[in-house]
Amino acid sequence: MWVTLSLESRFESIEIAERALVDLLAGHGIEDDEQYWILTALREAIANAIRHGHHEQPEERVRVDFRVSGIQLSIMVLDQGDGFDSSVIPDPRDAENILKPCGRGIFYMRRFMDDVTFRREPGGGTMVSMSRRLTARAIKE
Amino acid sequence: MKQQIKDVGDVRIISLSGKITIGAGDVVLRELINDSLEAGHTKILLDLGGISAIDSSGIGEMVASYTSAKNRGAQLKLVNLSKKINDILQVTQLITVFDVFDNQEEAVQGF
Repeated sequence: MWVTLSLESRFESIEIAERALVDLLAGHGIEDDEQYWILTALREAIANAIRHGHHEQPEERVRVDFRVSGIQLSIMVLDQGDGFDSSVIPDPRDAENILKPCGRGIFYMRRFMDDVTFRREPGGGTMVSMSRRLTARAIKE
Repeated sequence: MKQQIKDVGDVRIISLSGKITIGAGDVVLRELINDSLEAGHTKILLDLGGISAIDSSGIGEMVASYTSAKNRGAQLKLVNLSKKINDILQVTQLITVFDVFDNQEEAVQGF
């Protein structure tokens, strides 16, 4: 079953999404350590939607969907922004980038989830889809 | 995010607890470092022992603070990193940028 949230574009909204995902993950027996990295990826995706997609305009809604199916966690974050070319995101570890104050969010998302894709939605907006294979021993049947 | 500030000799120690995340702790961190630099402190130690979470904005503020300090001839060092914060710095290779210490005493002597 999908959990769906429609959030105002305020950074405080990230906490709401975090709490909902913690409830879902804890309910499936996912340990704190694994939760932490998943929540980091979620935070980055929503923060990008609020800051870059909606330019912090609170009335613009960020839609967040997530579910656990078997041992697979899926998270989707949809904003109404113009999107960007995810193939040209600079590597923050490169010498010319390492001291830049920004540019690590997508890197963290890709690092802590197994798969991260960005696509323009036909009706407008940008969808970030992330998935991760959960630690099988933690999953409650 | 909560903070405690104390001076040990000529080292300003800023101890933080809570989250350094977008829209909240990241701004506070920037202000704390800027205030210390404005006050003339040249040795700043950031104690992250109480930090439960940090995101890319928090990391970005730490990097910006490091650069601000360096540009003013000051130094910013880190102490008491949790394993998760250490991991976050490792994956982006920022661990090679910051001087990191296990405890405050060692860190103060490291300036």
